[in-house]
Amino acid sequence: MSSGQPSVQPTVEAVWRIETARLIAALARVTGDVGLAEDLAQDALVAALEQWPSDGVPDNPGAWLTAVARRRYVDGVRRAVTLERKVEELGHQAQPEAVNPMDEIEFDAHVTDDVLRLIFTACHPVLPRDGRVALTLKLVGGLSTEQVARAFLVPVPTMAARITRAKKALTAAKVPFEVPVGAELTPRFASVLEVVYLIFNEGYAATSGESWYRAELCDEAMRLGRMLSALAPDEPEAHGLVALMEIQASRIPARTGPGGEPVTLLEQDRGRWNRLLITHGLAALALAGRSLAGASAGPYVLQAELAACHARAFAAADTDWARIVTLYEILGRLTPSPVIELNRAVAVSMADGAGAALAIVDALADDPALRGYHLLPAVRADLLARLGRPAQARAEFERAAALTGNDSERAHLLRRAAAT
Amino acid sequence: MRVMVLVHATEDSEQGNYAGRVGEFEAMGKYNEELVKAGVMLAGEGIEPSSGGKRLDFAADGSGSRVIDGPFAEAKEIIGGFWIWQVSSMEEAVEWLRRAPFRGQTVELRRILEPADFEGLLPPEVMENEARLRAQTAATDTEG
Repeated sequence: MSSGQPSVQPTVEAVWRIETARLIAALARVTGDVGLAEDLAQDALVAALEQWPSDGVPDNPGAWLTAVARRRYVDGVRRAVTLERKVEELGHQAQPEAVNPMDEIEFDAHVTDDVLRLIFTACHPVLPRDGRVALTLKLVGGLSTEQVARAFLVPVPTMAARITRAKKALTAAKVPFEVPVGAELTPRFASVLEVVYLIFNEGYAATSGESWYRAELCDEAMRLGRMLSALAPDEPEAHGLVALMEIQASRIPARTGPGGEPVTLLEQDRGRWNRLLITHGLAALALAGRSLAGASAGPYVLQAELAACHARAFAAADTDWARIVTLYEILGRLTPSPVIELNRAVAVSMADGAGAALAIVDALADDPALRGYHLLPAVRADLLARLGRPAQARAEFERAAALTGNDSERAHLLRRAAAT
Repeated sequence: MRVMVLVHATEDSEQGNYAGRVGEFEAMGKYNEELVKAGVMLAGEGIEPSSGGKRLDFAADGSGSRVIDGPFAEAKEIIGGFWIWQVSSMEEAVEWLRRAPFRGQTVELRRILEPADFEGLLPPEVMENEARLRAQTAATDTEG
């Protein structure tokens, strides 16, 4: 026992973050109900908060939490069994000796499989997207309801209701606690990857300042992604997602200027990129390549490859634009989208010049999906300026400025219009 | 946040004395696997005994440096290995470290400074220069 600490609250929180996924996963396998498992785990957490301040933090806090949660479950089962027996005794029926519910419980084996089952269950497509995200952060990430609410800028009762609804929906749909197999695996895995990347993007969008809690979501998503790739090492897309997130996150320190204004990728001070995340991300990408074993890459691996092209160039001028063009072509064939096409146009402008790129952008002019999308005229304006057509460029910059909802971006576009 | 976990050397590790410690290595392998599966581990390496190491002493007047060959005296003051972890708090790092299969050893936890920690401490042109140097030195390790 270690005691005499000023407050055990941070320690309890730390233990909780480390142990939640395994604890809930093991309980869910025994009870077959993720919602009940979470309730039992919460009971154990409350017991820890009550007892650890006076008794000290146990040497093996995970085992302590597991034992308490297990006892609660067994007590519940016993009460149910006793109640049943009393009912039956009232009917004067002989009772066989009740099976000891403890026999059913084996906590330490299959931990890895259990956590993977938990991730698949929390990301089940029967739940709405926001429910999947909230449940994953709560059950797998070990965040409190308050922390999840703060990260998503919603009131705590709203988030609590969302989590309760999601747990009930899982029970109502009788979602089995398992890793899907066969034809079901691919779409279910896609849902897991999507949830993790949604969490990352929620944090990434917030890293231009405002809130620490939201930016922490990037770390949490990377942690979830690494868990996933360690639990399912044969899935190239899991490694691809880790690589994509880590390489993107490596740029966070360079994404904003001293006044909080956004700095574009090519203008970023690459010395501020986090080299450790880049190294780790490139290693994850290499693992993805190995697990692909010659098969064609999925969208996360391709996006990670794109991010890696920038990470490998230590100055913007060293970027391998020809490879980026090729990667966008492959990605566009796999998941056709006008936004990917617009990105390809930018890459083509760097590899082959603005003229070739303008043809691609002009072909997108009438795409309904890009209507009102400020980056279309912004890219077009840049190309026109480079082609020596200032009047048209200026008009396009102004059009883009009118379409963007971001103040500092609008100011930037208007400055460019004035300078053209 | 990221923390560096500094594992101090022991008399045994300084001797390169690994025989009879297979059990310890197995336990450490399991522990590392836990760290990886939890998404916490960013890097981790063991370091050879200081007999193969060098130290450089830099003169206070900036006149240059002197190379000293290992081994170095106090095992406690020598680093025998390190990890870099991503955790949410120092408390989480402590809890992870408490699970490590060490015996009779000192292990230290230190938060890694982020660029934001230096903001305002150094003049901008020094920051910029330092950043440029880091980019250049890092260019060699990005091909992995």
